[in-house]
Amino acid sequence: MVYLTRKAEFSASHYYHNPAFTPEENLRIFGKCNNPNGHGHNYTLEVTVKGEVDPRSGFVVDLKQLKEIMHREVLDAMDHRFLNKEVPEFYTQIPTTENLSIAVWQRLESKLQQARLHRVRVYETPDLFVDFYGEE
Amino acid sequence: MKAHLTRRYRFSSSHRLHSAEMSAEENLATYGKCNNPHGHGHNYTLEVTVSGPVDPATGMVCNLVDLDGFVESEVLSRYDLQNLNTLQDFAQQVPTTENLSVEIYEILQRGFRKAHLERIRLEETMMNSFEYAGEKSETASTLKVVK
Repeated sequence: MVYLTRKAEFSASHYYHNPAFTPEENLRIFGKCNNPNGHGHNYTLEVTVKGEVDPRSGFVVDLKQLKEIMHREVLDAMDHRFLNKEVPEFYTQIPTTENLSIAVWQRLESKLQQARLHRVRVYETPDLFVDFYGEE
Repeated sequence: MKAHLTRRYRFSSSHRLHSAEMSAEENLATYGKCNNPHGHGHNYTLEVTVSGPVDPATGMVCNLVDLDGFVESEVLSRYDLQNLNTLQDFAQQVPTTENLSVEIYEILQRGFRKAHLERIRLEETMMNSFEYAGEKSETASTLKVVK
């Protein structure tokens, strides 16, 4: 088994708000992230796939295909977007880095052919990242 | 759904690697420049990884304010801008980054209750890093050292 990781970057805005909470609760729990006008991050995405090395190609996965899938399924939908308003997963869920890593996993998992998805890592900043390994 | 959240922190400390159980020659042979009696310092980077189900109400594994507050009050304020050799933690053991990793893991394991502690990773320099996930962990039962 060999693991291969591809990185990508995207920039997006978001804010944290749960309509079930009172305004005071939202502010207490989410702090500055509750500003309804949003704020933004430069996200770094790391997608790690795993599989056996194909003896003919020497590849675990065709990187060009993986890159295209990441662009089509994730970057085209999220780059330079307001996540709460423009990405359907976040019409109802709060676009935390946790939920973002799960959403990226769900967008990619069924689209991969040769290799299996091992881990999605989303950096919100260089000092904060979330790893999702699928439903364990 | 379970996710792993990692946060990076920084602190700076000085230390001297010297074992009372070794002769002066052995200390020098073992620790080299790190045995300098006057000590030396590092800018450490600490990575704390916690895990747990993502709370549907908040979208979070744990509130970063809680994690940051705990790490600041229990870890960073304890070690930042200190000489590690003068601290009680290292009265009986050499303040290598291996031992510091275990100390920090145990502080978090004992006191942080808002999420499950998965592991800590400590960078002594950009070239050295150490990981500790506790003795009972299935995935990392020993300290991983990258030098």
